[in-house]
Amino acid sequence: MTEEVAASFDYQIEKDDFKIAGSASSHIKKILKQLGLPNPLIRRASIIAYELEINLVIHTLGGSMRLEVHPDRVVILTEDIGPGIEDVDQAMTEGYSTANDTAREMGFGAGMGLPNIRRCSDEFSIRSTLGEGTWIRSEIHVG
Amino acid sequence: MKVSEMLAGAELNQVAGESGNGNGIKGAYIGDLLSLVMSRALEGNLWITIQAHENIVAVASLVEVSAIVVCEGIHVEPGTVAKANELDIPIFESKASAFELAKTMIGLGIQ
Ligand SMILES: Nc1ncnc2c1ncn2[C@@H]1O[C@H](COP(=O)(O)OP(=O)(O)OP(=O)(O)O)[C@@H](O)[C@H]1O
Ligand SMILES: [Mg+2]
Repeated sequence: MTEEVAASFDYQIEKDDFKIAGSASSHIKKILKQLGLPNPLIRRASIIAYELEINLVIHTLGGSMRLEVHPDRVVILTEDIGPGIEDVDQAMTEGYSTANDTAREMGFGAGMGLPNIRRCSDEFSIRSTLGEGTWIRSEIHVG
Repeated sequence: MKVSEMLAGAELNQVAGESGNGNGIKGAYIGDLLSLVMSRALEGNLWITIQAHENIVAVASLVEVSAIVVCEGIHVEPGTVAKANELDIPIFESKASAFELAKTMIGLGIQ
């Protein structure tokens, strides 16, 4: 059976680009609104997209984010080019953060991003290889 | 209560987003850690913070807060103003502390 993808969008996220950080998430929110999806789903997807996007800006050498809208689910994926996460369980722990001072001064680094993403997802998976990169998939069920 | 009505009762200096002054205010959220604001602030909240850089506009627009008050006399950066004007997010500067602002807002009937 071929899979039906209603729509998909790709975003390139640059390292340390705080100026435009959030624009991919804002675009994702706009798309989901235009598609007429329910507000609580849009809110969860916005949180997921924003936290993933900021993590790419702050913690990686760069990466990409993808939104897929299927009839029964919304999927947000990120993939980056490193540096990877040494201990994924630790990274998933509330309050754990390696954010630098610049990021912390801007209010990032509470160590709540990944836990927020997992809480907002119906399905969540993360895979990371040190020295290579991190792959994250978050899915929200529609209806 | 509308942002414009709140403005009439509080000593605030508007620096951006006047086109959003018709937004309705429902409650308030005080916070400076953006991932907490993302998950805890509610749609329509007045957001009181000491953060003043551009990213507060993205957060405000994603969460759909009614307006941002930057407290403690901190000045909002020009990039933040430009982005807030673009997205119709009212931003105010205040010399007051978050606690003083909270008292003012409760006095105005924002619960
Ligand atoms: N894509 C990634 N690549 C490498 N490390 C990551 C990545 N995403 C998260 N991390 C690591 O996991 C930690 C926890 O991430 P999380 O998003 O929960 O918190 P944070 O980004 O540090 O702070 P907050 O999201 O609350 O602003 C980060 O500090 C970082 O060490
Ligand atoms: Mg994060």
